[in-house]
Amino acid sequence: MSLAQNHDNYSRRTLVVLMEDRPGVLSNVSNLFRRRNYNIESLTVGHSETPDISRMTVVVYASDAVLEQVSKQLYKLINVTKVIDITDDDAVIRELALIRVHAVSASRAEIKQLVDIFRAQIIDVAHDSMTIEITGTEDKVDSLIEILRPFGIKELTRTGRVAMVRGALQGASRR
Amino acid sequence: MRMNGAQIIWECLVREGVDTVFGITGGKVIPLYHELPGFPIHHVTMRHEQAAAHAADGYARATGKVGVCVATSGPGATNLVTGIATAQMDSSPIVAITGQVASADLGTDAFQEVDITGITMPITKHNYLVTNVTDLAQALREAFHIARSGHPGAVLVDVTVDAQMGVTEFVYPEDVNLPGYKPHTTGNPRQIAQAAEMINAASRPIIMAGRGVVVAGAGQELTALAEKARIPVVTTLLGKSAIAESNPLYLGMGGMHGEGYTNMALQSADLIVNFGARFDDRFTSTAQTFAPRARVIHVDIDPAEIAKRIRVDMPIVGDALNVLRQLLPLVQEADRGEWMSTIDHWRQETGERSQRWEQSEELVPQHIIRSLSEITHGEAIMVSDVGQNQMWEAQYYTHNRFRGLISSGGLGTMGFGLPASIGAKMGCRDVPVWLVVGDGGIQMTIQELATIRQEGLPIKIALLNNGYLGMVRQWQELFYDKNYCGTPLLGPEFARLAEAYGIAGITVHSKDDVVPALKHAAEVDGPVLIDFRIEQEHNVFPIVPVGRAIDDMIRRPRTDEQPR
Repeated sequence: MSLAQNHDNYSRRTLVVLMEDRPGVLSNVSNLFRRRNYNIESLTVGHSETPDISRMTVVVYASDAVLEQVSKQLYKLINVTKVIDITDDDAVIRELALIRVHAVSASRAEIKQLVDIFRAQIIDVAHDSMTIEITGTEDKVDSLIEILRPFGIKELTRTGRVAMVRGALQGASRR
Repeated sequence: MRMNGAQIIWECLVREGVDTVFGITGGKVIPLYHELPGFPIHHVTMRHEQAAAHAADGYARATGKVGVCVATSGPGATNLVTGIATAQMDSSPIVAITGQVASADLGTDAFQEVDITGITMPITKHNYLVTNVTDLAQALREAFHIARSGHPGAVLVDVTVDAQMGVTEFVYPEDVNLPGYKPHTTGNPRQIAQAAEMINAASRPIIMAGRGVVVAGAGQELTALAEKARIPVVTTLLGKSAIAESNPLYLGMGGMHGEGYTNMALQSADLIVNFGARFDDRFTSTAQTFAPRARVIHVDIDPAEIAKRIRVDMPIVGDALNVLRQLLPLVQEADRGEWMSTIDHWRQETGERSQRWEQSEELVPQHIIRSLSEITHGEAIMVSDVGQNQMWEAQYYTHNRFRGLISSGGLGTMGFGLPASIGAKMGCRDVPVWLVVGDGGIQMTIQELATIRQEGLPIKIALLNNGYLGMVRQWQELFYDKNYCGTPLLGPEFARLAEAYGIAGITVHSKDDVVPALKHAAEVDGPVLIDFRIEQEHNVFPIVPVGRAIDDMIRRPRTDEQPR
């Protein structure tokens, strides 16, 4: 009968959460994940197309049952207006990363070649480093980071996943 | 009409139907209190803010209305925290209003500044920080709406001192506009129809009633459904009084300290129809072992409570009152004689196990509570604290009055009882209010005897004094090699202490004095504290040890068995 004990069927799920842009809402949401012991992989937040509504993309590692609880608990927050599970939808998923890599004159050309292969961009060059901007799926970002790692990564920042369903948001899985 | 923030707060309270608030003043609510005499609201001056929150909670539970407590910033606000968490956990609608430092000083660690909205975020249904007088009325209107609707809970409104003093045109918002908050109150008709079919097809059904039935005011409807379909009713601790407990269909409280026949019935059932209980671990024990033969219908106003711990075959989101009214015409009359006679056989066997205490010459708590139940005809508002006293009260008092038991179930807050009894009495002046409390719990909020005296409240206190933190001592005895570490208590002379507060005090040492003392207290016009010096190492039975199924319990010893 137990639900909490059921640890099979765990995978990465992507939720889009719409909420009123009020002070404390972001900390309300992140606090909820912490106190309910949900396993959160990434969380991004920014403006949506509607004024005063923020849009959050959350990636959680969860089973169906846990994801259902996550969704229901998010709905309980008064300022959350919509929770959409887009895991199984046809969605465009992107992440942006900035990578500052050690680069002296001998290695610059090789790094530029790799960056071009990934269709990434060099956005800054200093005397001993280059800064690269890449946008793409997490896999693509992971791959470039691994390829650049031997040169020496001095600084790295990733935004986490943002996502949008192709076409319009469908009716399924919306409460 | 132009008003300052303090006037707006009181005016909003009046319009929400509030006539009583519980609180303590302080530096950052002086402007608020300065305006109070102009409004038809009675302020009960408590002796500690935790008690103010418990009193508001007790008021809410006894009346079904929103309870209100007030505290100043900083320590006043943090003292509310235990009381807010207690109310929130038990779905009790309260609004807590706190003062806050001036908006210009926010975030500077000013004197008596604390981030109370941050602190209470995980223990409130919602909260507000109001820094501008123009936002006050809207915030209060929403706070009351959120506290009382849907799955009720605690809402805190933190108001900076400049917002209390600022002046604006007062407009009471007629509507609330909360796009993210729209509770479902009526059950889905298709699910209701399927649930009715499941009920009609069941041969061993059980109704499980939780606090949701009490909150929804659905006692009559629940009883009607149970009687029409002849389905026995089990309650949680907080579901008690959902059905009159003298009703033969009432099977008692289930779970860790549930009766043997109650838990056996749950484990044998082929259908459990849960109205407004959340399958708490104290009720189900380990989820895997709970009711293995049963299909489950779960009715709850809060979708997040459904399928949280226990798999559910038929979820119904809705208010217990509405869903019961929807179900009632669809459920067929039935006899279920075989099922009832099976249960009655277990019930009789369980009853025989009470002979040991019935025949005992010692001063045992069972005798006290049973006598109290008879003297008050099960019609008093009973307030219990937490621990052994709470379980004995639940097991031996026959609650026949709807909303007749007030107790901290979810959070299990010792010290809840005394201040909650003040709230209950303020809300129900014409009903006898009895507090059952232990010597440990009463000392956590004993200062409130002064509030009882100041308000002249005829609250009757049955103190079950065993000189221990008794429930933990019991666990130490049964599961921790009788290592009584941290549990013995050397208490004061409670009767003399009560007298010092101006409250009549009686000490009872023997079984023969129980009934006269209770009768005297019931008849006296004024507060009475009876210090019952009960058997010190008396245990609550049955008890389900942690990790076991609920029918795998340590039962009451029979007269021919060695007590454990």
